[in-house]
Amino acid sequence: MKRYSAFAIAREALRNHTGWERAWRAAEPRKQYDVIIVGAGGHGLATAYYLGKNFGITNVAILEKGWLGGGNTGRNTTIIRSNYLQDPSAAIYEKARSLYETLSQDLNYNVMFSPRGVIMLAQTQHEVRGYLRTAEANALQGVKTRFISPKRVKDLVPIINLDGPRYPVLGGLWQERGGTARHDAVAWGYARACSDMGMDIIQKCEVTGIRQKDGKVMGVDTSRGPIDCRKLGIVVAGHSGVLAEMAGFRLPIESVALQALVSEPIKPCMDVVVMANTVHGYMSQSDKGEMVIGGGADGYNNYTQRGSFHHIEETVRALVETFPMISRLKMLRQWGGIVDMTGDRSPILSRTPLEGCFINCGWGTGGFKAIPGSGWGMAELMARGHSPLTDAFSLDRFREGRFIDESVAAGVAH
Amino acid sequence: MLILTCPYCGVAADETELACGGEAHLTRHGPGSSDDAFHGYLFSRKNPRGLHVERWRHVQGCGKWFHAARDTVTLQVFGTYPAQSHEPPEDIVRAIRRRHPEWTWKGAA
Repeated sequence: MKRYSAFAIAREALRNHTGWERAWRAAEPRKQYDVIIVGAGGHGLATAYYLGKNFGITNVAILEKGWLGGGNTGRNTTIIRSNYLQDPSAAIYEKARSLYETLSQDLNYNVMFSPRGVIMLAQTQHEVRGYLRTAEANALQGVKTRFISPKRVKDLVPIINLDGPRYPVLGGLWQERGGTARHDAVAWGYARACSDMGMDIIQKCEVTGIRQKDGKVMGVDTSRGPIDCRKLGIVVAGHSGVLAEMAGFRLPIESVALQALVSEPIKPCMDVVVMANTVHGYMSQSDKGEMVIGGGADGYNNYTQRGSFHHIEETVRALVETFPMISRLKMLRQWGGIVDMTGDRSPILSRTPLEGCFINCGWGTGGFKAIPGSGWGMAELMARGHSPLTDAFSLDRFREGRFIDESVAAGVAH
Repeated sequence: MLILTCPYCGVAADETELACGGEAHLTRHGPGSSDDAFHGYLFSRKNPRGLHVERWRHVQGCGKWFHAARDTVTLQVFGTYPAQSHEPPEDIVRAIRRRHPEWTWKGAA
């Protein structure tokens, strides 16, 4: 793999950009691999990458039924933060956030990590108490967050309206090293590094069955023929239930559509990420100047990748109250992704009842921020059988009542 | 917008008037049942891509619970029926089969 560098740009400028390589190989499936990862989104690719980097396992195929990074990795609002309440969550999300800091250097691919800071607005007394508690918990967990005053919120976000008609801003939970990254680049960067290690990324290859013998996974049937494997990692977000049914078990997961929208580009007006959880909306400004807006999830199971109209209205109404200057902005695009929601709003990284089969799912509405940490932990889980990052997120926590209740920490979609 | 007809009051209600209660026809395992059965009842869900039989409540209307058969990919609704049923009624099964010929009622989970 030719490294990207300032020198490479100069070299290619001189020869009319004819020397750039494909970022990853278009591989043909082989008969057998040590490890198959189903799902070439951020989490699947990161899992494969850390399997290779940290454990030297490179006889790996990553199967994708659509195109690489075309699911929730390419559909989220790119927010990165780690201000969670519970210890296991803080550990894995902070691991992810800290890996994002140096991910561009690690992958030799610019993922445009921008630690511009994230504010979660406190707009009720209940939220003030909740975020004060989170700030204290984060201090103990080694996650740097602070509860800030309305005046400081106004200093950071001049376009905000502190005295909204329904919910005045009473303060905010501020994480200075949170921010955003370029979501596609995260998938592309991991894919390029995986391909460079000799892994096969096979797109348009849908898994149609999971072959097993004596309770042990033997391989998968795909739209491009059967492929054998020793270990199988299912990392398919919204479609986890479909794969679990093929493997013969059920998950504590329901899939719903979560939607986002983006405005026409405007001049720079907000250089932090603002989340307003009570009124249900969050917003940041992309490098192109578009306001990137995330809203609520549908209230019922569906796989439509579309989302309900009334949620757009709810979200936009909330944001116009909070940022009156956006009231005349036109929206450019709206889209949806299928998120896999668990009851405690925490992910599942676990062995499964099928030996040799592992699952990484349940990231729900907040998976993008966790990609590097999730891949790091999942790789260790698949290589060693357990990982300090993932042990608390096992599938049997539901049976055993060890919930990691993060709906309290965020209150809404996050 | 998803529209379901409440089988009690007959109102064709928008989804904003309704609340979804998740998978229908679950067997309510309680004290005396095995750990596996109780765990399954509390947490494990079918979450299908396709035909889903589920519970809804007409929250902003008559307030009653009912069942609906719906496709989770196309959002096509095959019918609604009262909550006091142990399985989807025949006319709804017929409507489902017109679209999903392979579908069969597998009994309560």
